[in-house]
Amino acid sequence: MNRAEIVAWAEANYLDLEFTAARRWLAEEPGRKAVGFLPVYAPAEIIHAAGMLPVGIHGGGDRIDIIRGDAYYQSYICHLPRSVVELAVTGRLDFLTGALFPSTCDVIRNLSGMWKVMYPEKYSRYVDLPQDFAKGVGGDFWTHELRELVHDMGELRGSPITEDELRKGIGDWNRRRALVRKLYAKRRDEPHNVPTDELYQLLRAGEIVPFEEFMTMAQAYLDVCDKDGRRPRDNARVIVIGAFCEQPPLGLIRTIERAGCYIVDDDFLIGNRFLTREVDCSGDAVRALAETFLNHTVANPIVYERDADGKKKLVGERLRAARAEGAIFSAPSFCDPALLDRPMLQAGAAREGISFISFKYAENTGQFQQFREQAGTFSDAIKLWGNV
Amino acid sequence: MSTVVRDQSQELQKQLISGYFDSLSTANEDGKKVVYTFVPGNLTELIRAFDLLPVLPEINALQYGMRQKTGQFILDAEKAGHSEDVCTYVKADLGMIRAGNIGPTGKKLPKPDLLLLSYTGCYTFMKWFELLREEYQCPVVMLHVPYQGDGKISPAHRDYVVQQLKEKLIPALEELSGKKLDEDRLKEMLKLSAMAEDDLVAVFQSAKAKPSPIDAWFGGVYYIGPMFTAFRGTQAGVDYYKLLRAEVEERIRLGKGPITPEGDMNQERFRLVAEGPPNWTSFREFWKMFYDEGATVVASTYTKVGGTYDFGFRHDYTRPLETLAEYCGECYTNRNVPTRIDMLVKYVEEYEADGFIINSVKSCNSFSAGQLLILREVERRTGRPGAFIESDLVDPRYFSAANIKNRLESYLQMIEARRAGGHVSGLEVSP
Repeated sequence: MNRAEIVAWAEANYLDLEFTAARRWLAEEPGRKAVGFLPVYAPAEIIHAAGMLPVGIHGGGDRIDIIRGDAYYQSYICHLPRSVVELAVTGRLDFLTGALFPSTCDVIRNLSGMWKVMYPEKYSRYVDLPQDFAKGVGGDFWTHELRELVHDMGELRGSPITEDELRKGIGDWNRRRALVRKLYAKRRDEPHNVPTDELYQLLRAGEIVPFEEFMTMAQAYLDVCDKDGRRPRDNARVIVIGAFCEQPPLGLIRTIERAGCYIVDDDFLIGNRFLTREVDCSGDAVRALAETFLNHTVANPIVYERDADGKKKLVGERLRAARAEGAIFSAPSFCDPALLDRPMLQAGAAREGISFISFKYAENTGQFQQFREQAGTFSDAIKLWGNV
Repeated sequence: MSTVVRDQSQELQKQLISGYFDSLSTANEDGKKVVYTFVPGNLTELIRAFDLLPVLPEINALQYGMRQKTGQFILDAEKAGHSEDVCTYVKADLGMIRAGNIGPTGKKLPKPDLLLLSYTGCYTFMKWFELLREEYQCPVVMLHVPYQGDGKISPAHRDYVVQQLKEKLIPALEELSGKKLDEDRLKEMLKLSAMAEDDLVAVFQSAKAKPSPIDAWFGGVYYIGPMFTAFRGTQAGVDYYKLLRAEVEERIRLGKGPITPEGDMNQERFRLVAEGPPNWTSFREFWKMFYDEGATVVASTYTKVGGTYDFGFRHDYTRPLETLAEYCGECYTNRNVPTRIDMLVKYVEEYEADGFIINSVKSCNSFSAGQLLILREVERRTGRPGAFIESDLVDPRYFSAANIKNRLESYLQMIEARRAGGHVSGLEVSP
């Protein structure tokens, strides 16, 4: 497959709010089931281990008119939940047997309860991530939560999940994580060959389509990036921070890059990269999955920062790891995790003399001129005067 | 403005709270160590068992809000880079620190020696104390209290909290205070807590009488003051609630309605249930809109944020750590949306309310996200109409008095029309 074919496949899945790929997979064999999960992090490998299809639910972005969803949310609540509700009440999520709502923020937390009221016949679960990181405390808690999830997923499919299935499922997700990391490393090293709008759509597709299909396409994309070399431009290398839950419209990502920035690290769809190491599946796989969470996650506002200076150090660390020249703080409007974190991160960036700009968006933002001007000026400033 | 009318318990409540702020202002001179923590999941007995003083930043913010001083603090915090979209309690607190950390009573507040992050029912708490850690450069203990996603506290969740108490919090408090935990003392305090809780519940349940002798929202926030701040587990707290209960029972005997800032409200025309916090910056003006119309709030959910006692929970001194863990999980905002709906339905029915009002505050997603569904569900299940008002906790920019008053009056007129057999439907109100 060539790049255009892979990108067209990714784009088609990204744009498809009917979730045709997931529905097709369900229709191929009687008894198949799909379980959705909301951002930021849910242990999707357990759904996969049960032989069910994990489906990332990211709302409708700029591709759906919110008509009924607005009746569920006040104007000062972010856009994501209203578009998730819009998808649900218009029947677009009716193929899901269940849904997981991780402890991202109070809005997604409360949506878990709303789901129970709106869809009492469907399985739904609030996934409370541990905020204590001691093995015998938060580790025991999270292991217990994961075992309950394993039990529930077994009940949902109709038979208990075996240890071998768990090991295989988690092992598959290890391969998936490794491949995603390779894609991100490739983009970091050759952003001209891995435009972020392509990578982003590929990962969005990966949250909808069956595991093997994504692995095939992602590997194919990685391969064509090696062959299909493009000329680098004199763009500024930037990291984009804050867009980990409600996703920006594709137009915003393209605008940043077209304005003269190469995005070399970001928070988009961070759940795919939330665990930074593979899970050791040789023993108790659930325990190993829990302990990997305790010790090896990305720094993200949904998890308590133990290091008193951690927030301040973070931007510099990420910037250096990505060999970036500046940071763009890009958060959804009314996003508590991103916006409450932002002053601490910005103070750290300022302390290290890192150039940054900030803006807010909604998933359905349609005007990009202001972002283009801001990102373009930022890129020019970096190129003209360096990272000052 | 007319002179505020108070009864004896209100005077005592005022003395308790202002005396407490006095003790905070001299904490450094008195050699007392200070623990900042939050109202939901506050572990007052445990903190005080070590002779440490709790400080509750939400209380400071709301008290400043009632004195109309939060507007500038919030602007200052926004100028310093904090988003206009986020919790105004946090911004008021940060603004207050920048203004010299003078408490709402005009006396300086001590810096924290420890931040006890009781992570119960509110995501913002985590960020709030991460921010305060940067301001004060002091240690934080994170106490993660699992949310009631399934509408209950499971034994595993309780055990998780107990483990954190044993392995993290108690050692941290021992180190800070230089004392070992005296479990007998803690038990004694928990006994006192349960006594005060019994009386507080009796006070709230007195609103089932007609007329209700209390306003369970506007008046209720005064009643919960000692319980939710520093007086749970103290004899002073027990004495206050005993006095309050006796006064309320006397009001029932005399057939009196609630006491308001302008005196007794004797004609009860409407009985309402309230969901969400009140607005603090225009608290009296907001309350007046109700009592001028003869509307009494007979039950409220906000008065359960620091503990839900009216469905049976009491601190149990025989299981000190377990009971503290269960208490943390029971707080209102730690309950899922279906449980919140059940509570409201129960309140509307058991307190024979004419309807219910939701004050949706911009600052607080923990309360606000889902309230429009709650509105519809409670209406559907009770057949009684709900009203939806939008304001904020302590940001005066989001309180539109004329609009809220107009809509409240329309809502009450609708209830009257319903009594006369007219059509009933919900009413949404925006500032």
